[in-house]
Amino acid sequence: MSPLLLFLLVAGVGAVGWLAARARAATFAAAGPGKVRLHSVPTYHGWYVALWAVLPALIFLVAWQVAEPALVAGAALHSPAAAELPADAMNRAAVLQEARDIAAGHIQGGFNPLSTRLAPAFASAAQRYSIMGAVLALLLAFAGGAYAFVRIRPELRARTRVERLVMLLLLVASLIAILTTAGIVFSLLAESVRFFARVSPIEFLTGLQWSPQTAMRADQAGSSGAFGAIPLFWGTIFIGAIIAMIVAIPLGLMSAIYLTQYAHPTARKWLKPALEVLAGVPTVVYGYFAALTVAPMVRQWGEAMGIASSSESALAAGGVMGIMIIPFVSSMADDSLAAVPQSMRDGSLALGATTSETIAKVLVPAALPGIVGGILLAVSRAIGETMIVVMAAGLAANLTANPFASVTTVTAQIVQLLTGDQEFDSAKTLAAFALGLVLFVITLLLNIVALRVVKKYREAYE
Amino acid sequence: MSKAPTDWRSNAMSRRLRSRYAREKRFKALGLAAIAVSIGFLAFLLWTMASNGLSGFMETQLKLAIDFPRSSLMIDPAVLRGGNAEQALAGAEIEGAVASAAEAEFGPGGARLISDAGWLRVREGILKNPDIVSGRAEFWIPASGAFDIAAKGEGDPATGALYRRLDQSGQVRHGFNWSFLSGSDATDATAVGIWGAFKGSLLTMLVTIALAFPVGVLSAVYLEEFAPRNRWTEIIEVSINNLAAVPSIIFGLLGLAVFLNFMHLPRSAPLVGGLTLALMTMPVIVIAGRNAIKAVPPSIRDAALGVGASRVQTVFHHVLPLALPGILTGTIIGMARALGETAPLLMIGMRAFIATPPGGITDPATVLPVQVFLWSDEVSRGFVEKTSAAIIVLLAFLMAMNALAIYLRNKFERRW
Repeated sequence: MSPLLLFLLVAGVGAVGWLAARARAATFAAAGPGKVRLHSVPTYHGWYVALWAVLPALIFLVAWQVAEPALVAGAALHSPAAAELPADAMNRAAVLQEARDIAAGHIQGGFNPLSTRLAPAFASAAQRYSIMGAVLALLLAFAGGAYAFVRIRPELRARTRVERLVMLLLLVASLIAILTTAGIVFSLLAESVRFFARVSPIEFLTGLQWSPQTAMRADQAGSSGAFGAIPLFWGTIFIGAIIAMIVAIPLGLMSAIYLTQYAHPTARKWLKPALEVLAGVPTVVYGYFAALTVAPMVRQWGEAMGIASSSESALAAGGVMGIMIIPFVSSMADDSLAAVPQSMRDGSLALGATTSETIAKVLVPAALPGIVGGILLAVSRAIGETMIVVMAAGLAANLTANPFASVTTVTAQIVQLLTGDQEFDSAKTLAAFALGLVLFVITLLLNIVALRVVKKYREAYE
Repeated sequence: MSKAPTDWRSNAMSRRLRSRYAREKRFKALGLAAIAVSIGFLAFLLWTMASNGLSGFMETQLKLAIDFPRSSLMIDPAVLRGGNAEQALAGAEIEGAVASAAEAEFGPGGARLISDAGWLRVREGILKNPDIVSGRAEFWIPASGAFDIAAKGEGDPATGALYRRLDQSGQVRHGFNWSFLSGSDATDATAVGIWGAFKGSLLTMLVTIALAFPVGVLSAVYLEEFAPRNRWTEIIEVSINNLAAVPSIIFGLLGLAVFLNFMHLPRSAPLVGGLTLALMTMPVIVIAGRNAIKAVPPSIRDAALGVGASRVQTVFHHVLPLALPGILTGTIIGMARALGETAPLLMIGMRAFIATPPGGITDPATVLPVQVFLWSDEVSRGFVEKTSAAIIVLLAFLMAMNALAIYLRNKFERRW
């Protein structure tokens, strides 16, 4: 029986329980004066019974889905054909997997003849346990529903009980955020620890040579690739924190100043959303644009100036990334400029300063913490950006300050390491997680610092 | 001795004033220039995509006459009218027959003028009307990439001359490339389509919204309405705010480590992509949801509590419905971000070559942005316009979602 059908059946039992319980509670209510009043409205009695019917059965179903394969395998191993199974674990597992696939109809015939003989045992066991699971789940649904139904009394605190469950549900939902954070930290840490068991953290964090590809030869421990990540960190900073910011800070800041201080309200109404479209364009589109249109242009400039240029340059990737970041810088600057008290602005203007002098000498210094916070957030966003650098920055780990040369970044290397032919457990694959950990920690720190700076600033004026 | 008052009419002072006003004007112009550069860049980007991509929606077709009785094709129309038409055609060598017909029609090398997938049109034609195999029939067949580029005036001169010759004899026409909207990935640029990736995107978004929306709304309700102010609540809030700022590729690493390597869910499947993107979208929904719930005035809650509703009833019957437009707007914006996301999906293997649209959430699939990435890597010239065309489809989809969000906000948003 398919899980979906079973789920619908259980839900059906719950629905019947809901209707029956509501009707029964309504008869209490209609019993006339002199009787005890219902503690909860009939609908809550309905929910009370429905939840009793559905929840235990669903929990059982989930548990059954997890346990069933093991039970089926256990039953199949007791069949006569299983006595011939090879002793060594690897062959044994291969034959069992084949037999399971034949039984499920995924493949027509097995490579090993034994698996074909084992398949009927698997099929019958699977059918037996599937029916058993369905029957148990339905019984549980009926039993739960009946248990709750006979407890329906006028004084039953059905609403309190249902609401307690709702609160539990709310709590669980909000715990998922913690679980996700914990999942990120643990999965990155676990793989990184395995990586650092092979490559020393000091070599990883201070080495100048990055060439993970040769690490495929596992037996040559001494010459198995170099994992010095400094060129990647430099490339990330060069593209994300230097080139992109040289583009984004002046453009973003001046846009924000113009929009808040000079623009007509109607113009602002149209220009601000148009600017924000820049943040909504998918990064893969920017990446394609950088690789197809901007990179050849940059290369031509570089050659015209007589600088050795590669077709994938830091300047193309960083420049396009800077354009993408403009809305982040400008909206943060916008908010913090707007938060500067009007009296400061008026005071400056009343002393005879021009608008630009007021902005440069009063408003921007007053809003500086907010602007710096915005820039830090933008940097954290830029160094975590992946597609633009994957498509336009190249993969050569160069330690160079020439913006026309190709450099690579942490994110581009993570993609590169995990999307080729990968064997799990190789230092090459694990290195991606170590890089991910570094990236996670740095963006986290940047965000915390940025939020601190912004918060401190707010306290000063409110 | 007292200082003389400043003589504002003196030459020195009026020069100084002039220069200050000039600086003011320059500053203002600089601000306008910054906006103009930013928006100009956006316009340039959109224009580049449109000018490259619009031709990707068009195809060049060649008229090819096939004389079935004299071709190498041996099919009996009677068999085709029976139930086994598909099987009979699978055995027939249509591809070869079309190639030889093209050689006969366009001269030596003619087979190279038609698309690799061109024979499929002949197959469709035969399926639709089996009687044509007993005579001579004409088909419009999509041209190969090289001929298509020559038709658009950019190919090598020899093919260009051939195009002009065929064009004059009326054997060439340009049509809308319907197979681009209905097909899937292919190795030949003239045969690729976007539907497979589009469907993959839809399935992935379905999984994402089914998970992220309930969880996000419920945690927003909890944090805003019920959570006690204590250490735990603070940890939850901090982790939600941090998750919203974690780079997307980290979520890809999480998906790879947890969903694929630990839980052994199928690779490349919309299920795993949707789960990963749901974790990424959930914080966005929580933050938007909290703001929307916060905007509902306390008087609504007081009124409901005052007539005897419980706190849960107050929230679910009154506060949540009033906050829903704001929550939906935030959800759509979060979904639009997830729709354009590429990097985490590369991590969980959604970059395979998938030639059929996925049938369910556990089938191998690809999504629109990943398809753009895959096509951008192709060397063949014809893929440039297809990539841009796919980008146009993606941007149109995103624009529709954002327009919906703006519409919802304008229609239902209430100021209290």
